[in-house]
Amino acid sequence: MIQAVDYIRVLPEIVLTLFGVAIMMVEGALPPRASRKPLGWLAFVGTLAALAATVYQAGYPGMAFFGMVRVDSFSIFFHFLIAFIAALVVLSSFEYLDAQQIRGGEYYGLILFGAVGMVLMSSAVELVLIFIALEISSISTYVLAGFRRRAPSSIESSIKYFLLGSFATAFFLYGVALIFGATGSTRIYMIAETIQGGKHSAMVFTAVALMFVGIGFKIAAAPFHVWTPDVYEGAPAPVVGLMSTAPKAAAFAVLLRIFFAAATPGWFWPVWISAALSMTLGNISALVQDNVKRLLAYSSIAHAGYLLVAFAAARDIGISAAMFYTAAYALMNVGAFAVVSHFASAGERYVTLEDYAGLGRRSPVLAATLTIFLLSLIGIPITGGFFAKFYVFSAALKSNLVWLVIIAVVNSAIAAYYYLRIIVLMYMRDAREPAPTVQNVSAPLGVALALTVAATIYLGVLPGRVLDYASRGAALLVR
Amino acid sequence: MVPISYYLVLSAILFSLGVVGFLIKRNLITLFMSIELMLNAVNLAFVAFAWQWKSLNGQVFVFFVMVVAAAEAAVGLAIIIAVFRTRETLNVDRVNLLKL
Repeated sequence: MIQAVDYIRVLPEIVLTLFGVAIMMVEGALPPRASRKPLGWLAFVGTLAALAATVYQAGYPGMAFFGMVRVDSFSIFFHFLIAFIAALVVLSSFEYLDAQQIRGGEYYGLILFGAVGMVLMSSAVELVLIFIALEISSISTYVLAGFRRRAPSSIESSIKYFLLGSFATAFFLYGVALIFGATGSTRIYMIAETIQGGKHSAMVFTAVALMFVGIGFKIAAAPFHVWTPDVYEGAPAPVVGLMSTAPKAAAFAVLLRIFFAAATPGWFWPVWISAALSMTLGNISALVQDNVKRLLAYSSIAHAGYLLVAFAAARDIGISAAMFYTAAYALMNVGAFAVVSHFASAGERYVTLEDYAGLGRRSPVLAATLTIFLLSLIGIPITGGFFAKFYVFSAALKSNLVWLVIIAVVNSAIAAYYYLRIIVLMYMRDAREPAPTVQNVSAPLGVALALTVAATIYLGVLPGRVLDYASRGAALLVR
Repeated sequence: MVPISYYLVLSAILFSLGVVGFLIKRNLITLFMSIELMLNAVNLAFVAFAWQWKSLNGQVFVFFVMVVAAAEAAVGLAIIIAVFRTRETLNVDRVNLLKL
């Protein structure tokens, strides 16, 4: 029996869908030459409404729709994060779309539809529903990646993302089918009951491996990361800000549920190896990049590796460390890409490291903002990145993963080099002639940057509240 | 009565054919068809398992997968058309502006 409370438990999804549909309908009614800015504001209101819905739904924890969806601290944490990121991306898109002369209100609609999928991924506790949510979020981001459709690089990024993404989801789905065959259920908590205590068949192990392949693609963990640099380089910069953070956060939520809530066996060594590989490959490849978007793509692969370290760690501390890391990483990365998208200007001309030379003198505030995000990505204290790394590494040490921590620490040192290189370029080099022109930061982008900086510093100075909330979510997840 | 393992082996073979096709073929449409083949292999597995567990769920999942595959086809073909417009080719080896 479906009750009203069931609808409250999917309220953010409903709100986002309604706003997305409204945007698509108004878009059709607007005259072709009219500005699409109002649609962007509508989308922004939609994300704020989703945040409000998340706060409201936090008072109604429990299962909904015959045990398909579960609202608990864990899903609220991710709902909040994803809606917040969507709001930031909408804010940082106004100016970018103007600069690229993209006139398409559906851009904002697609961000909201994508957010629906991601939000649903984090609260779904049924594997087929997770698959559908995954596809909702993926299909929206495939289109968004190709949104500069006159630019061959953007279309190329879109087709690569589409082909490899669908290839990966097919693996995930095959894993779901096999786990259904092995346990007779696709509900995560039913699977947990069936699996616990029993002897695991080869089918369960195969299923876990296949699902890891599918999600590994989405989080860009090695060895499933090869698409990342190409896709991030070609896609519009604010979209990269979105797809390198929100879908990853959602995919990590799914992975946490599959590994810990469903208590599936046999994932420890694959995760260990994938974490070590992602960190090492990501950081070493990032050293030689001269395109900022590509560099940040490799950095995001490396960060997926650090996050997987938390997965290999013991249950509850590992989960809360992973949740905290997801939040900190998402905020600093979305901020970094907001700066990159502002600086790229028309046709995304200025995206090489050389273009950043002398930025500290030409536009000090923008350079300082980017510096904060880069320091946070390195993991310098008083930024969110520091505590994120600290919690992950200490969780791993408590679980005696000494070798993995050594690999991670060495990698953090390597990573500092290429992040610092950008900072050095900005402050200690003169701009090349003719210097790239930097426009003034528009008000919405300014608000977005201020919010991300504030959030990054907040997580670095007072991590307690967020970490407490994450621990509560983690405790509920493992039951 | 055909044992369930026959269906599963067939599904595994179809899935592998899809994977191999995706990896060795060079035409974007063929790559896309390989993915569809993989999804349909999964559908076969779902139906077989539904029969094994005497549960209708597995059969319902197939419909969901079909709907998702249709949505994916709509977006995918549109992207493929956009690729063709910018390059006049469907060969993946020539979609290589971004270095891999």
